[in-house]
Amino acid sequence: MERIPILKMGEFLLVTIQVDMHDRLALTLQDDLTEMIVKNRTHGVLIDISALEVVDSFIGRMLGNIASMSRVLDAATVVVGMQPAVAITLVELGLSLPGVRTALNVEKGMELLRGSLTATNGHARRQG
Amino acid sequence: MKGTSSRLAEIIAKHEQDLLAQWIKEQTSAVTQRPDLMSEAELREQSRALLNGIRNAVQRGRLDDITGSEWESVRELLDEVSRGRARTGFSPTETAMFVFSLKQPLFSRLRAEIREPEALADELWTASVLLDKLGLYTTEVSQKSREEVILRQQQDMLELSTPVVELWDGVLALPLIGTLDSARTQVVMENLLQKIVQTGAGIAIVDITGVPTVDTLVAQHLLKTVAAARLMGADCIISGIRPQIAQTIVHLGVDLGTVTTKATLAAAFVVALERSGATISKGR
Repeated sequence: MERIPILKMGEFLLVTIQVDMHDRLALTLQDDLTEMIVKNRTHGVLIDISALEVVDSFIGRMLGNIASMSRVLDAATVVVGMQPAVAITLVELGLSLPGVRTALNVEKGMELLRGSLTATNGHARRQG
Repeated sequence: MKGTSSRLAEIIAKHEQDLLAQWIKEQTSAVTQRPDLMSEAELREQSRALLNGIRNAVQRGRLDDITGSEWESVRELLDEVSRGRARTGFSPTETAMFVFSLKQPLFSRLRAEIREPEALADELWTASVLLDKLGLYTTEVSQKSREEVILRQQQDMLELSTPVVELWDGVLALPLIGTLDSARTQVVMENLLQKIVQTGAGIAIVDITGVPTVDTLVAQHLLKTVAAARLMGADCIISGIRPQIAQTIVHLGVDLGTVTTKATLAAAFVVALERSGATISKGR
């Protein structure tokens, strides 16, 4: 069965969506990602959707859901590389993904994650 | 009909200089003549060319249909004249009068030349219909050329009024001028997002100093733009909110949510610089 690969990059997980997301694939990704977060004790997830050119309301909602689930599992999620057309579509659909952090590209997303992790880690270390 | 039409042609050909002189006199004395927009020499030249063209066309026949190939040179001439006049500010009436004013000299000439009342009436009718058609043609052309101007200006406005400028490394500004409707929001949004991708900017300042009124719809359009930019990973700051606009926004109960708002573009720029890690210091 087709699956979206989830790569472990250091302390983060990187999900690169390179194919057209169909509903089944999105559901599988949701399962796999939550599994991986728990297994690897990850605190940061990057979802790269730069190759995604078509979204519908379901995929939009799935993106939001995946981000929320990761947050519940204490992993910060950043969606990166959204295409202008996709952004406009999501906004027109009324799905502005509140609560999901975004960045222009993987590099900036990584920076953002690092920033937020050092902030929390530093805090923990000082506490400990 | 053949006989009468050749008669008209013959009369025009015979008295061309006379007709022209009278016609120009007629035009220069008319109230619809605009010496402020057009010199007499130019008028003389246009009149000469048109009369010449009409003579040629009439000689070749077909007085009842000016869409034929015989009239092509006349149509081209009228096209040029009407467009030129519309551009310099003549009203359609004034342009049409250019053609209609030929009636007076032509009719008096016909009356002098043709003795038989029946034939005269026929000739007058033919000439009148012909000149009416030519006059209406000028009106149509000047109307059309004005419509073209309007259309072009509309497009210009749409493009001119939505520039995205780069203020600093990673800081974009979007000065909005004019009312925001759905079509413009679409253009604005596309331009902004495209520019974000191009420059990799992390902060965009949407300046609404030039937006005359903000109602719920405009506010919604603004929020959409902000949301789309955020999805792309860029923060938006809305600036240039005038006092009345602030009052309207609150009275309408528009919720600008978590969007940072600033009164002036300068204030927004300072915030943007701070967020992008730059420090500002005043030199001595």
